[in-house]
This record gives sequence, C-alpha cells and structure tokens, in this order.
Amino acid sequence: MRKFLKRLLFLDLIEGLVVTFRSQHPKHIYTEQYPAQSPKVAERYRGAPRLNINPENGETLCIACNLCALACPEALIVVGSERNEQTRRKELTTFTYDTSRCMFCGLCEDACPVDALELTQDFELATYTREGQIWDRQMLEEGPRPKQYKF
Amino acid sequence: MAETFLDSSELVLNMGPQHPSTHGVLRVVLRLDGEKVMGTECIIGYLHRGVEKIAENRTYQMFAPYVDRMDYVAAVSNGLGYCLAVEKLLNVEAPPRAQTVRVALTELNRIASHLIWLGTHALDIGAITPLFYTMREREEILNIFEKYCGARLTTHAFRIGGLQYELYDGFEQDVSAFCDMFPARIDEYEELLSGNRIWVDRLTNIGVLNAAQCKQYGVTGPLLRAAGVRWDLRKAQPYSGYENYDFEIPIRENGDTYDRYIVRMQEMRQSVRILRQAIKRIEPGPIMAKVPKVIKPPVGEAYVSIEAPKGELGYYIVSDGSTQPYRVRVRPPSFVNLQALEPMAKGALVADIVAIIGTIDIVLGEVDR
Ligand code: SF4
Ligand code: SF4
Repeated sequence: MRKFLKRLLFLDLIEGLVVTFRSQHPKHIYTEQYPAQSPKVAERYRGAPRLNINPENGETLCIACNLCALACPEALIVVGSERNEQTRRKELTTFTYDTSRCMFCGLCEDACPVDALELTQDFELATYTREGQIWDRQMLEEGPRPKQYKF
Repeated sequence: MAETFLDSSELVLNMGPQHPSTHGVLRVVLRLDGEKVMGTECIIGYLHRGVEKIAENRTYQMFAPYVDRMDYVAAVSNGLGYCLAVEKLLNVEAPPRAQTVRVALTELNRIASHLIWLGTHALDIGAITPLFYTMREREEILNIFEKYCGARLTTHAFRIGGLQYELYDGFEQDVSAFCDMFPARIDEYEELLSGNRIWVDRLTNIGVLNAAQCKQYGVTGPLLRAAGVRWDLRKAQPYSGYENYDFEIPIRENGDTYDRYIVRMQEMRQSVRILRQAIKRIEPGPIMAKVPKVIKPPVGEAYVSIEAPKGELGYYIVSDGSTQPYRVRVRPPSFVNLQALEPMAKGALVADIVAIIGTIDIVLGEVDR
C-alpha cells in the first residue's frame, strides 16, 4: 500500500529532481568557456614540444646526440648534425619534429640528457595544413607562429 | 518459422557502426521478428590498429604508450598490466613506494572508468543528467592524473620497473579530498537512479546472464560478480600488494542489468576505501627498481593478468631474448565479455539492446585493438 502511494505521488521522480535542482546553484557551475577562458594546465603537462636555448647566449642546449630520435616509438624526430672541425664536436643543424604523428608520451624528453627537448604546457596545436604540423628547428625554439587573421 | 496471423518474416537490421549507443564503432546485426530479437551478430574491427603487431616492432619501453590506447578509458590499468608482465619476464619487482602509488592510481582509474560507464549507460536508457555529474567527478580524477604525469587520458604513467615521475606536492591531499567528496556523490547518483521507476523497470530482468553462462563464455569482471561469483583477481591472485588492503568484493545474485549497476556502484565505494588506505601507506623510498637501460629479457614467456575495471586484463609476452618482444598477446576484458551479447540479447526487445550493450561496458579500442 505504501509502495503504491509512493508510486502514485511520484516520490521517486521528485527525489531525483531535488538532486537536479540542488546542482542549479551558480556556485556549482563547472563548465569552462574555452577560448575566452583558457584552462590552467598542470606543470608537467605534455603538450607542444620546445627546444630549449641557453638564455644567456641564445645558443641551443641540444648536443645533437640523437637519443630522443632513438627513444621515440614513432621515429618522428630527425636530428641533423655537423661536425665542427675546430672544437671537434657535433653541432646541431636541423631538427624536425612531426607533431601530427606524436602521441605525447614523453619518452623523448625523458631520454634527453641535457633537458634540451621539452614538452610544454602549450596545447593549441591546430594548423591549417598537414605540412604545418611538421615543426622545424626555428619553430621548436621560438614557438609556433600562428597566422593572424584580422576581421 | 511459425505461421502467424499476419505473415511476418525475419528482418535484418544493422545497428551501428555509427550508432551513438554502441559506445564506439561496433556493428551489431540484429535479426528481428517484430520487436523481438531473434539473434545478434557483432561485427568488429572498425578500430583495429594492430597493436599486437606494433609490439613486435618496438622495444619494450617503446611499446608502453601504445597499451594506453587500447582501453583508453582505463589507460592506467592497461599500463600496469603491461609493466607487470615485463617485470615478470625480467624477474624484477617495483619498489614498495612505486607499488603503492600504482595501486592508488589504478583505483582512481577504476572509478573514472566506472563513472564513464555510469554516465553513458544512463544516457542510453534516457537519464541524461547523471552524465553531467559523472563527468564532473571524473574531471577531478583526470586533474590528478594530469598533475601527476602530464596527460589526462593516455597517461603513460608507469614504466617498466616502477615509476618515471615522482609524486607532486599535494598528491595525498588531492586524493584524500577526492575520497572525502566522492561517497556523497555516489549517494547522489543513487538518489537519481536506484529508486527511479523508469531505471528500475528498464533494468531488472534484462540481459540475464547466470554464473554458468558467465563461466562458459569466459566473462569476467562486474558481469561475473553480478551473477554471484566472488571472483576478483585483486583477491584471487594479488599483485602490486593488493593482498595488504582491506576491501570487499561486492556481489549480487540475479545477474541482470540492474545487479551489474549495483555491483559497479559498490565497487566505486570499495575503491575509495582502497584509496584511503593507499595514501596512508605511501612511504619514502626509491620509485624505480634496478632495470637496465636496454631491456633484454631472457628467453621465455610470461602471462600476467590484473583486474581492470572491465574484467580480467591479461598480457602474454613471449621473449626471444632480443630488445623487442617476439609476440604480445592481450586478453582484453571487453572483447571476451562482448561474446555474452548473444545469450543476453536473445529474446529481448529491440529497445533493450541498448541497455544490454551498455551494461557490458565495452570500449571498442580494446575490442578491436
Ligand atoms: S612524445 Fe613520444 S611520440 Fe612524441 S616525439 Fe616524443 S617520444 Fe616520440
Ligand atoms: S636527446 Fe636532447 S640533446 Fe640529444 S639530440 Fe635530442 S634534444 Fe638534442
């Protein structure tokens, strides 16, 4: 009988509605308005790659050891190097990084012995072309140069 | 076919692969007699990426990020299973600190996976609201993952032999804040669903799978436990120190869709219990065992299975002594559990197929690999 009354009075539905209305309070709003309001990603976030340069003299930190290219499961890093005849050291010439194939696993930055290659907190990687996804050395050092459209 | 008053013939209907309620790219061929399902056939492979073959061309460390892409809802569990299998081949064991952190992260991941299941399952049945709430709680878990390892979904959190990343400051506080907040949220979901007449009527006695059928099909995980079998690999074959944690295996008797819902809700509460114990036990110490830079396991084979959120997840690795595995075979829980669709769906109504697919909790990335 009580069960019947409960069913008749829609108590089970009212119970659910109470929960719904409890969450209507503006304090509980959880949605982020993305382009206007950029989320704060964590410090360890694995996003866009960057080749670090020495802030004092602007030289690259990379020693062209090729370890990152060897560690990458997708083999998408290509390190070009040249032997400097005076110092008898390898020097970095080109560095390409194909972000379209990258899965941001972080194995390359773990492999780097001098912390030259780093995955940063930047996550806005969209481009208009496939070629735009292949980052060259300049782009890796200075960051991507997004096309600006004026309206 | 029996003669009917209005002459009817069997209708073959394709459900999927773009159907929103098949949870991915699953195609189910339904044979219908009116509203009644006479038979089902699953057509899979739309998301096949050849993960097992990729393993043969990668070194052991390199393959670790790929396993995250199988069950992407529970990437941490996948990573744990793979790392444990390679560690067994190498005969090393992760240090205690690493093991405790692994337990904490996999339990968080179990909750995240069940939350996704709950939200989408409820959505399929017509309750839209729980999805928003479960996503909100899952966000908290993903934030912890992001702070810990830098990725939210395909985490690559564990490495062979232990962990790569040290815990960040405030990990314990974050997890205990989650543990304090979360049980009240489970109550909220139960308030929305457990007593709701539509929910109860649409789930009870739908997709019944008894214990004998479960064993016959090799079904594991919450489906098996809802049929009354107390089988959980965390208790049956403890790994990563699960034997030291105090928790229960929730079971139910009927093996219908409603019981599976109850079992998973209980499991989330048990996971919170494990989490509370785990964060108290994190002790200082190394996080990486002594593992050579170039991993070359001795010739041999190893099978390790763990209790993933969806059931038994097994990794079978054959080593030929080189840096690359000779063969990696994955036993994905979703793939095996999906077989049970046929006996569950036979005789059901078309509208219940969605509920039955939802209750198996499949992830197509894992079914197809
Ligand atoms: S993040 Fe992973 S996939 Fe991407 S370049 Fe580094 S190692 Fe390769
Ligand atoms: S591992 Fe580091 S130092 Fe070596 S080539 Fe790559 S970026 Fe340069």
